[in-house]
Amino acid sequence: MSPTMTETTVVTLKIDDREISARSDQTVLEVAWENGLFVPALCHYEGLGDVGACRLCLVEIKGSPKLTPACVVKVTQDMEVVTQSERLAKYRRSIIELLFAERNHICSVCVSNGNCELQTLAQKLGVDHIRYPYLYPKVSVDASHSRFTLDHNRCILCARCVRACDEVEGAHVWDLFGRGVDTRLISDLGTPWGESETCTTCGKCVHICPTGALVEKGKSVAEMVHARPRFAAMARVRSSSGR
Amino acid sequence: MAKVSIATVWLDGCSGCHMSFLDLDERLLIVADKIDLVYSPLVDFKDYPEMVDIALVEGAVASEEDLHKIQKIRAHTKTLIAFGDCAVTANVPSMRNLVGKKAVLQHAYFELATLDPQVPNVVVPPLLDRVRPVHDVVKVDIFLPGCPPSADTIFAALVELLEGRIPDVPALTRFGK
Repeated sequence: MSPTMTETTVVTLKIDDREISARSDQTVLEVAWENGLFVPALCHYEGLGDVGACRLCLVEIKGSPKLTPACVVKVTQDMEVVTQSERLAKYRRSIIELLFAERNHICSVCVSNGNCELQTLAQKLGVDHIRYPYLYPKVSVDASHSRFTLDHNRCILCARCVRACDEVEGAHVWDLFGRGVDTRLISDLGTPWGESETCTTCGKCVHICPTGALVEKGKSVAEMVHARPRFAAMARVRSSSGR
Repeated sequence: MAKVSIATVWLDGCSGCHMSFLDLDERLLIVADKIDLVYSPLVDFKDYPEMVDIALVEGAVASEEDLHKIQKIRAHTKTLIAFGDCAVTANVPSMRNLVGKKAVLQHAYFELATLDPQVPNVVVPPLLDRVRPVHDVVKVDIFLPGCPPSADTIFAALVELLEGRIPDVPALTRFGK
């Protein structure tokens, strides 16, 4: 441990008026989930580094007027966190709606219909229609890879694939290119996936994708079931190998 | 007690939501005792009544006919329900928004036509530039997503509505279901 790092201690804090003990190196989101509390998240996945991309895990922390993404804030002594409020519910619903409006998500004809975290969260958060105008962006589908397809129509830019490929597989095929609404997932700095020299065809990105943006070829509507248990095992092996 | 008047409407959709409604099967008899079906593709009334209690609207708003219809229906309906994903999200019909009306007509009536290619201008209503979900055009009171909403969902929602309650939609259905 480097001398600048503080030692891990046990802290007590309040989440939704519950007294909770946690380790000081844990994030608010980890602690909330560990204690069975529902905080929605799409970019967080156990075994991957957190980036705070989706903003769904926003919580209120006493003393701050801002909303804070729980996945990138560590717990501190006497912290008071609120995970459920009308304000949070409003923002979380808006985020889900904006994700739907930003690309072309047609659940009924999607390979991940019924196995999609965006679809499931929409239902769970009570999103039954989208109040924002759909943008209908003209985006491409990269089917150049022999086994997998990337469909930008369904990408929510959570960057789980980017991190799974970099942190667990160690290949770093994926990156996010551009800014804001124009951001796109790219392979090998912008070459077609099928021509990628770094891709090992391991499929981790495909199985970690929360939606139907990265899929196995040959899958039809509702057939793309993500093999998540397999990923958890691989992430564990990677972290215990002392990388 | 007076029966609740119900209309069902078919805009730009595949009629799958209506098929799902028929899948209520014997439960249709339970519903039939409590409702008057005053306007629907399933019955022969030609004009929309002066005032309807509940309208189930299937389909997106894609043509000028759809637009006129939905505006008239809104003006003569107490509770308007966006019935199924096409009405709620514009769903599959909205996929033409990616390429635009012109490209769709060009492909359907010129590139695929072998004899006398032309865009039809009689009987077939002109397409709108964009396919829109119903709530983008008129106020919607209740959203019932699903492609199609299952018969169980439709029945549960109808029972609640006929009892004068608002159905708990997320407990029943979701996009794509």
